[in-house]
Amino acid sequence: MSAQRKRRRKAERIRHLLETEGDAVHENVTHLNEGRYEAIERFDEFEDLRTQARRIKEDAIENLPDLIDTLRESVESNGGTLYVADDADDANRYITDVVGSKDAETLVKSKSMTTEEIEVNEALEAMGVDVFETDLGEFVIQVADEAPSHLIGPSLHKSREAVAELFNRVFDPEEPFETAEELTEFARDYLGERIRDADVGMTGANFVLAESGTITLVTNEGNARKSAVTPDTHVAVAGIEKIIPNAETLQPFVELISKTATGQDISQYVSMLTPPVDSPTIDFENPDEPLGSGDGERDFHLVLIDNGRTEMREDDHLRETLYCIRCGACANSCGNFQHVGGHAFGGETYTGGIATGWEAGIEGLETTSEFNDLCTGCSRCVNACPVKIDIPWINTVVRDRINGETPPSEFEFLVEGLTPDAEGTVSPQKRFFGNFGTLAKLGSATAPVSNWVAQLGPVRTLMDRYLGVAPDRDLPQFERETLVDWFESRRPRAPNATADRAVVLYPDAYTNYVLTDRGKAAVRTLEALGVHVELGSPIESGRAPLSQGMVRTATDHAEAVAADLDPYLDAGFDVVVVEPSDLAMMRREYEKLLDADSHARLSENSYEIMEYVYGLLSNGADADALAGATVPVAYHSHCQQRTLGVDAYTEAVLEDLGFDIVTSDVECCGMAGSFGYKSEYYELSLDVGEDLHDQFADESDRTLVASGTSCTEQMADLFVRDVTHPVELVAPDGR
Amino acid sequence: MSAADTRRFESSLSDLGVSLTRTEADEFAATIDSLVTEPAVGVPFEAHDGLSLADTVVETPPTPRLLKAAEVGVTPVGKAVAEYGTLVVDSDPVGTEPVSLYPPTHVAVVRESDVLPDVEAATDYLDGRFAAGGSSVFATGVSSTGDMGALVEGVHGPKHVEVVLITDR
Ligand code: SF4
Repeated sequence: MSAQRKRRRKAERIRHLLETEGDAVHENVTHLNEGRYEAIERFDEFEDLRTQARRIKEDAIENLPDLIDTLRESVESNGGTLYVADDADDANRYITDVVGSKDAETLVKSKSMTTEEIEVNEALEAMGVDVFETDLGEFVIQVADEAPSHLIGPSLHKSREAVAELFNRVFDPEEPFETAEELTEFARDYLGERIRDADVGMTGANFVLAESGTITLVTNEGNARKSAVTPDTHVAVAGIEKIIPNAETLQPFVELISKTATGQDISQYVSMLTPPVDSPTIDFENPDEPLGSGDGERDFHLVLIDNGRTEMREDDHLRETLYCIRCGACANSCGNFQHVGGHAFGGETYTGGIATGWEAGIEGLETTSEFNDLCTGCSRCVNACPVKIDIPWINTVVRDRINGETPPSEFEFLVEGLTPDAEGTVSPQKRFFGNFGTLAKLGSATAPVSNWVAQLGPVRTLMDRYLGVAPDRDLPQFERETLVDWFESRRPRAPNATADRAVVLYPDAYTNYVLTDRGKAAVRTLEALGVHVELGSPIESGRAPLSQGMVRTATDHAEAVAADLDPYLDAGFDVVVVEPSDLAMMRREYEKLLDADSHARLSENSYEIMEYVYGLLSNGADADALAGATVPVAYHSHCQQRTLGVDAYTEAVLEDLGFDIVTSDVECCGMAGSFGYKSEYYELSLDVGEDLHDQFADESDRTLVASGTSCTEQMADLFVRDVTHPVELVAPDGR
Repeated sequence: MSAADTRRFESSLSDLGVSLTRTEADEFAATIDSLVTEPAVGVPFEAHDGLSLADTVVETPPTPRLLKAAEVGVTPVGKAVAEYGTLVVDSDPVGTEPVSLYPPTHVAVVRESDVLPDVEAATDYLDGRFAAGGSSVFATGVSSTGDMGALVEGVHGPKHVEVVLITDR
């Protein structure tokens, strides 16, 4: 299939999902996400517990073989059996043997992604056992014969109406179901009977405690308790990564998981079962005998699944995935996920957010390749994750590995010369977007002709066909006079002898070639506040190639930037950055691309422009040197800026200067780097942008202000109005 | 346990929509009778000093029929966590776990001395229980689901929870 047809198909599929599942997903996920913010707001210890949780998981994965040994001893001394399965087939063989040995006819299950992963239902059904999902969301999916669309809300892509329609069709009740109460009541009665009759109960496990053999199940419905305890045989299935030492190490997770998952302070039921449990068996066939006098002995089997996890443990980049506690917060915080849901992200079992890591480790790269680029790298999931997994980085690494496996394309020549190293297998689209710095230089050198040419219909058609550049998206307008040119032409060029501080302003590709006004405003603002300013060299930070998974190219850029800034740092300069995504590179991503010292030096001495202005003003710089508040503004901060926590400085400066300001709180503008330029994602990008559009719908008399380039371009498209960078608001008038 | 913990427990419960009735050991049987509707099932309260369901309308020991038919299940709980209004339901051979789970209403009997401030404070208790092969459930509020398009309470677990706090134990 041609690359263009593939992109069309993908766009069609996304459009279809937006139409069919988008609304239900949006409502449910937004609700979960808002709940998460509120629950965390109420909880002072969130950051401390995240740090603890992270450390516990790091240690547990490090010591995994020992923990498995300890667990085996404790499970066996309790009277249960532990089986470690290499893969899905091995696990299913063991499970079907156990179930077969009980002559079981029916089995009830509580929700477990690990059993979805091994497809145990199919294996059991093949041997004639009826399997019933007792979690209501999972039950809906089972009845509909669909795949889960979310880690914790498998059916959240279905509205009440859709569930009612499904149940009415399948169960054909005398009175059609309408309300959520009716549906729930029906499901409860139906499943209650199945639980009472079941021969075997199967559960997953959120955490497994090695020292005592206790398994922890976190639920709201109570079905896991019933499924585990009512039948006298209990099979628990979990990945080997679920093991932690003991009750003490469980505590942070008990507190974190519900807050990040559903926004509840704590889940309704945290069952901590040390099977075989003391509770008496319940034999509903002998209704008048006291509990426990029925069929007797309890039997317990814990099946731990490797299925690629040992290899993940040895993989420096995928290892972190094993720390995941499957709370789903990364998906809920994702602008794209909020709009189109998990079915768009692909994946055999896991979907959205961290799923790329899981699928890459468990299923292999092929499964992850199709849709994983729905991660825009906006990084909003980074602070959401209770175990501090760098999810965007995992997505980048996986993307890089997929790039490495793709055969070279016949349209190589189009992007000839754009890739400086051996990434010859990267698709033309990725290489095009990944080399924005080179393009911008070229575009600027030939402006305004390049701008006219780029707007021509036939050129746009070709760009769409071969490079996948969305034909409806406005392209950046390159400036003939770059920021560097402007700066060079200024006189006098001698150092400012009276300056208190010295700054090297980093001219990112947009600021240097496209949005030069914000660069000039930054220079003038810094100088007005008594700072000596010099410009660094216009080297693209590596953000563009990184977002295409071109890690080697990104590393080259990072090293060049670091080398360029190094002498300034030696001379005691501070680095000031205009574009938040480039600040995020220096503070976050460079940690992975540079040696530790270079990264530390850059990250400690780099500031976002408004953050720096805030610092200057707090240290006594004269605010009167800046422009006073003139217009009321509607401000959208940039996603990476918010992840870094520097958005507050912009708001503080504007407020201190007397601006009347409203701010958006939507997760993402929908554009994130090159994402909204890509033909296949253009519509989704606009759909995500709708939330921002709605928030500012009533602000038509305010000046639109944004910090990031992508947000600026997306907002200009959404509102058809000019968008200003905050530093342009405060820059002193004049030259 | 401190008076502050009890107050916090009460307010957490009220946030969850769970009512709390204070009583003393002497008044236990009468309080239970005033709270439960029949049929009610309970577990023997052996471990809970001086408390007994013998003189109440609550039927013991639990049978499968009672579990299915009862409107109310009465059980003691091991500890309570004031911060979240959590009841620590301990599994035991007399059937505390199923009796707290199957009937639509759970009446949980808590001794004031068992109210702990937070989850961390319950860790030692859990550690001891797990080491001895025991199981416990943190139960907070009522069973609920949002899977059918709106929040519905009372799914596989109870729809109502009531707490009886024994103030002199
Ligand atoms: S990666 Fe983090 S946020 Fe995402 S599901 Fe796992 S634990 Fe939750």
